[in-house]
Amino acid sequence: MIALLVVLALLGAWQLYAELGGVDRLILPAPSEIATALVEDRGLLWNNFLVTASEVALGIGAALLLGFACAVALHFWLPLRRATYPLLIGSQAIPIVIVAPLLVVWLGFGMAPKVAIIALICFFPVAVTTLDALGRTDRDTLKLLRTLDATRWSAFRFAEAPAALPAALSGAKIAVAVAVIGAVFAEYAGSSEGLGHLILQSVPQLETARAWAAVVVLAAFAVLLFYALDVAQRRLLPWTRTEGRP
Amino acid sequence: MPFQTETPAARRPHPPGARGVRVESATRRFGDVTAVEALSLSVAPGEVVAVVGPSGCGKSTLLELVCGLSEPDDGVVEAGPAALMPQRDLLLPWASALDNAALPLRVRGVSKADARAAAAPVFAELGLAGFEGARPSELSGGMRQRVAFLRTLLAGKPVLCLDEPFAALDALSRADMQRWLADALGREPRTVLLVTHDVEEAVVLADRVAVLSPRPGRVVAELPVPLPRPRSVTDRAFVALRERALEALGS
Repeated sequence: MIALLVVLALLGAWQLYAELGGVDRLILPAPSEIATALVEDRGLLWNNFLVTASEVALGIGAALLLGFACAVALHFWLPLRRATYPLLIGSQAIPIVIVAPLLVVWLGFGMAPKVAIIALICFFPVAVTTLDALGRTDRDTLKLLRTLDATRWSAFRFAEAPAALPAALSGAKIAVAVAVIGAVFAEYAGSSEGLGHLILQSVPQLETARAWAAVVVLAAFAVLLFYALDVAQRRLLPWTRTEGRP
Repeated sequence: MPFQTETPAARRPHPPGARGVRVESATRRFGDVTAVEALSLSVAPGEVVAVVGPSGCGKSTLLELVCGLSEPDDGVVEAGPAALMPQRDLLLPWASALDNAALPLRVRGVSKADARAAAAPVFAELGLAGFEGARPSELSGGMRQRVAFLRTLLAGKPVLCLDEPFAALDALSRADMQRWLADALGREPRTVLLVTHDVEEAVVLADRVAVLSPRPGRVVAELPVPLPRPRSVTDRAFVALRERALEALGS
């Protein structure tokens, strides 16, 4: 509720600045003009949104799958962890801005490079948070499981995996927040459709309001994804609500 | 001090295949710290032995040795398969009380439905009926300890190692839980090694009390408790035994 008031206040200030500040509407359109663009260009925005949204969905899906799988594999097998952990960090150290055009050259202008770039960005927070959380399972609990003759797999299934789930989902939340940025970068690097492509096109056409409208749609999508995971987290992990939160 | 051979526990029925515990001059060091030194202690099958001693005297180390979680640096530790009830209840916060109690079965590969079916009767018998679906965070400290004890019981091991099971409870619920545990052990007799810093608790529950010295821990006295159950803490013989145990602890 308070968040909504803050947004409204910011929009009001922006509207006032745009109308009274003497800024060219082609440089900074007022919120009202962006709203108009949202309505008038809804067909265009929607079609491009569908493209970007499916890139993001596939990219996040791949990142979650690979991230969890990698974390579990590295958790179970220490030599593999020693051998590939620097590589894992390296995957995040690559500046996406530089790699994106190269991937486009390699994978073409279609969906593939976008999905690859988003997956590359999102993989890291998922894998690292999950791996960390798996390793931080309560040692006494693991000891207890040993006295119950638990196998390595039982210990994972009954203690480590559920204990790591909250952190894994937090990693996924960070991932979705950056996934949308990744999608736009990927589209900047070479594409024929998508919201990033639309922004790139609208600015030289002096359709600034349309570009801003695309930004609004992207931001709304990122927020939506984040809260969807938040809800999933509460549904899946009801015990963290009663124990961890006030 | 010679062991008393005819303890009340020896006459109690015990599950088939039950085995006792034999610790023979065991020493365990952690770096420069010697946790227990030349400690000798035996528990006959079906006997309840309480180990009391000052904080940090190596009581928990003794239990880890008996449970096979660590090996002695010197000496011998022989024990039947032992289940540990740790000081913290260590219930899984995501699982219901019944599922927590049934964990030992699940870990051995029993299906969820079968594990629940097997745990439910004992669960109810030990006064937990109605709390099957409750998460640990919804249970009181005493109830959590009951679930933790039941989990230990359902591990199906002849030897139970209880590490200060009621240390975190207030005096009233502790007395309550001691009665409950005495009753539970009456129904499900096991060989029990109970570690506690509470002399009264030791005398209430045990057939024999072993007193440990400050670190490095070794047994300085063993007191048989030949009192009938249930025991009253105001009984004269009880008070006399408690005094003797306290004296041994202070010496």
